Amino acid sequence: MAGVGAGPLRAMWQQALLLLALCTAGSRGLYFHIGETEKRCFIEEIPDETMVIGNYRTQMWDKQKEVFLPSTPGLGMHVEVKDPDGKVVLSRQYGSEGRFTFTSHTPGDHQICLHSNSTRMALFAGGKLRVHLGIQVGEHTNNYPEIAAKDKLTELQLRARQLLDQVEQIQKEQDYQRYREERFRLTSESTNQRVLWWSIAQTVILILTGIWQMRHLKSFFEAKKLV
Amino acid sequence: MQRPGSALRWAAAAGSWGCRLLVLLLLVPGPGGASEITFELPDNAKQCFYEDIAQGTKCTLEFQVITGGHYDVDCRLEDPDGKVLYKEMKKQYDSFTFTASKNGTYKFCFSNEFSTFTHKTVYFDFQVGEDPPLFPSENRVSALTQMESACVSIHEALKSVIDYQTHFRLREAQGRSRAEDLNTRVAYWSVGEALILLVVSIGQVFLLKSFFSDKRTTTTRVGS
Repeated sequence: MAGVGAGPLRAMWQQALLLLALCTAGSRGLYFHIGETEKRCFIEEIPDETMVIGNYRTQMWDKQKEVFLPSTPGLGMHVEVKDPDGKVVLSRQYGSEGRFTFTSHTPGDHQICLHSNSTRMALFAGGKLRVHLGIQVGEHTNNYPEIAAKDKLTELQLRARQLLDQVEQIQKEQDYQRYREERFRLTSESTNQRVLWWSIAQTVILILTGIWQMRHLKSFFEAKKLV
Repeated sequence: MQRPGSALRWAAAAGSWGCRLLVLLLLVPGPGGASEITFELPDNAKQCFYEDIAQGTKCTLEFQVITGGHYDVDCRLEDPDGKVLYKEMKKQYDSFTFTASKNGTYKFCFSNEFSTFTHKTVYFDFQVGEDPPLFPSENRVSALTQMESACVSIHEALKSVIDYQTHFRLREAQGRSRAEDLNTRVAYWSVGEALILLVVSIGQVFLLKSFFSDKRTTTTRVGS
């Protein structure tokens, strides 16, 4: 009996998993078109120690059928993530469907760049790719049903955990705000200093050149016997 | 006593229902989500984003320009038939809420085609439907307890706090980029102006000297 019932049951589980996978892959998410060698960059301004999860799915445009193919194996996307200092945090090649994760160690603007380096696209002149993209930052990266199952939390405990995560994110953002305000203040003070020194230097240069001009011209006219 | 055949038929029926459920779930306005993206828009460029939305879903598009030029961008939102739902030129910040009147692909574009050499950084937040519920089986009929409804209201309040924080962070980024621009401009300008001052004053003296030496030769030539 186990042998007879296992086949369709496994099919059912596979369908359930497929459904879950589609939901998590964001099949109904935002998408955009990019060209063959085009590089698209997105910026995420995040505080430090924040996890970012990005997932994408690509579809290739079929010129003959004038439709986007549901899935294209062999299509690759290169994902590159740079931190605010320009250092590369993540640089990896993924398939036509991928999920990348990184955690920031410095607060600031992180740049996530995607480009396709598939050679198959060269066959289709003017081919374009449809990229479904979803980026989750901070507390949105937590998968609450999974946490509930792992830690065996009741509903109330799970809600409390969600609220704690949200508040932690707010605190991190406020710390980052303090750091940014300090940078802003340093920039403004530097501008203030520069304007002050420049106006003093300009006045000094003006007076000195005026004195030099008069002295030089006076000696010139005296030499020419006009004065 | 169950025969293996009926178990098989039951499993097959369940499987086919699962397939239908999958298709239905993809069409029915269910739990949506939000997409928050910051991207760079080069000069004379237009970038479009698409999303498949089901009928009856309440959606909100919010955008803000963070850096670049006069901090403005053109935005345009179209429904599946190409009808323009929202069109604004040179806006710095706006928020637009609409309910999807039909199923299909909605398209929204940001254009920087009016600008010749400044590229802009644009942030947008596209909220489709409600956020997915915490529990997958959240179609419960029983009412929430007081504790649970307090948790829900705290969650909503914290979401709006995070939203305000995001907008504040963007405004601060805008102010900071202006201040940094000002700083570099003051540095270059002060050095440049000092150089120009020196060059002009020295040039004046030599030009004046050259006038007098020419006049000398002409007067002597006329005289003789």
